[in-house]
Amino acid sequence: MEEKKTAWERLQIIHAKGRPTVNDYIPLVFTDFYEMHGDRLYGDDKAVLGGIARLKNMPVTIIAQVKGRDINENKACNFAMPHPEGYRKALRLARQAEKFHRPVICFIDTPGAFCGVAAEERGQGEAIAKNIAEFMTLRTPIISIVLGEAGSGGALALGVCDELAMLENAQYSVLSPRGFASILWKDASREKEASEIMMITAEDMVRLGVAETIIEEPLGGAHNDLDKISENIKEYLSYKIPEKCKKDIDVLLKERYTKFRKIGEFIE
Amino acid sequence: MFEDFFKVVKQRFNDGIDEDEHKIVKCPRCQNNIFLERYEELHRVCPNCNYHGRLSVSERIDITVDKNSFRELDADMISGNPIDFPLYTEKQQELREKTGLKDAVVTGTAEIKGSPTVIGVMDSRYMMGSMGSVAGEKIARAFEYATENSLPVIMFTASGGARMQEGIVSLMQMAKTAGAVKFHSDNGGLYITVMTDPTTGGVTASFASLGDIIIAEPKVLIGFAGRRVIEGTIKQKLPDDFQLAEFQHEKGFVDMIVERRKMRSTLSHLLKLHGYYPQEKEV
Ligand SMILES: [Zn+2]
Repeated sequence: MEEKKTAWERLQIIHAKGRPTVNDYIPLVFTDFYEMHGDRLYGDDKAVLGGIARLKNMPVTIIAQVKGRDINENKACNFAMPHPEGYRKALRLARQAEKFHRPVICFIDTPGAFCGVAAEERGQGEAIAKNIAEFMTLRTPIISIVLGEAGSGGALALGVCDELAMLENAQYSVLSPRGFASILWKDASREKEASEIMMITAEDMVRLGVAETIIEEPLGGAHNDLDKISENIKEYLSYKIPEKCKKDIDVLLKERYTKFRKIGEFIE
Repeated sequence: MFEDFFKVVKQRFNDGIDEDEHKIVKCPRCQNNIFLERYEELHRVCPNCNYHGRLSVSERIDITVDKNSFRELDADMISGNPIDFPLYTEKQQELREKTGLKDAVVTGTAEIKGSPTVIGVMDSRYMMGSMGSVAGEKIARAFEYATENSLPVIMFTASGGARMQEGIVSLMQMAKTAGAVKFHSDNGGLYITVMTDPTTGGVTASFASLGDIIIAEPKVLIGFAGRRVIEGTIKQKLPDDFQLAEFQHEKGFVDMIVERRKMRSTLSHLLKLHGYYPQEKEV
């Protein structure tokens, strides 16, 4: 057994060069992958990848945020920070999945939605809001997996699901520890301290009811054994998707809403 | 992501309730100076540029709904401390005493020129109107109440975004509220959003943007990302009108811009157009 890592140590692992991205996993987890492009409204956002594939024998829809593996890839995919058209592409493909009774698998890996003039002009807030609302009642099972970092509403736009899994070192947060430190303490250099008190690890997510499952990473992190981590992802999905597909869809939707409905702490 | 909203917004009008009435306040849009007393008489609308300033919950309810018709829902709900954030509980206690509010949103039922509705009002004085567990729960319950009772919902939004001190739990309130809106909508309910200053971050990216009809007050700030964050990304200064109500109207994200003095009659007409007429009172 490895010694338990701190949130900060895990952050170093997910931000290290060589951390596998969705493009590494797809060929090892799925077959017959066909990528689909565009939101049919404005354009094709390379920060969000979508398509159809088989998981074992079952047709599924894949929607994912794409991190680059080098600077050129990262330029093309905008460092996995989607514009509104990326979220609208995701929604189009989710509705396509619903129509053809395919389960949806979302891979979350983003620092957040892109903050820019064009993103605002085209309604970043509206695009995220709509995905959250529409995914809540999408009449097909949705499983989301956080591969690395899941930042803010930009992550949640692919995170309304029947079950959320986290890779062991992955993090999910309302904003980056750096941003958190700079807002609350006016000192971005206190990001390490922020990461430790924000509750952002996979274990925190399970404890807070945000995630249900932690997918084990190879010793030292996913990059140390891509085959093994891919196998773990595939095994998880192959077990979980049929389980969700067997459920009556109205029961599933009720449970989906309840999952989010009960998160929060208040006194009355 | 929401980094700079807090700072920017703090420099604008501090619409405190306990200020000296001879105090002069400065309009955040046109920098015009005005006596607080006069500004309050104008219901916090700048006489120079028509910027619609921030109202407290009680001021908003007073000018919007029929006298004595407001019945608050979940009036006693207060926040827990879901991620055990240092001093969060103490800060809440302090703010409750200072503002007389329990959290950043008040919900209830009311009548507008006789038409029954569920109404929610956010107050930017309470931790920048940020959405945490209490706001999420109260808003979700308000929509569920409206769904069960076939009532419309009117939400006056004002928020800097997610409540950082509740960490990931605050983010999940976006899903909770958006989900409640969706079920209300699927049930045929009317939802009108009135965006007031400022409507930003996680509130824009959840229930605020989901209205069947989206109204904004003139010159208010509406956006997802903070202005300074964007300026940092593009390395240049943004135009003054960026992310104002008029900008969002032009880009197609706001149906209409309505002045405060016409808000009540506009809402009344819209409710009636959707079949929500004054109910006959028992004699
Ligand atoms: Zn002015």
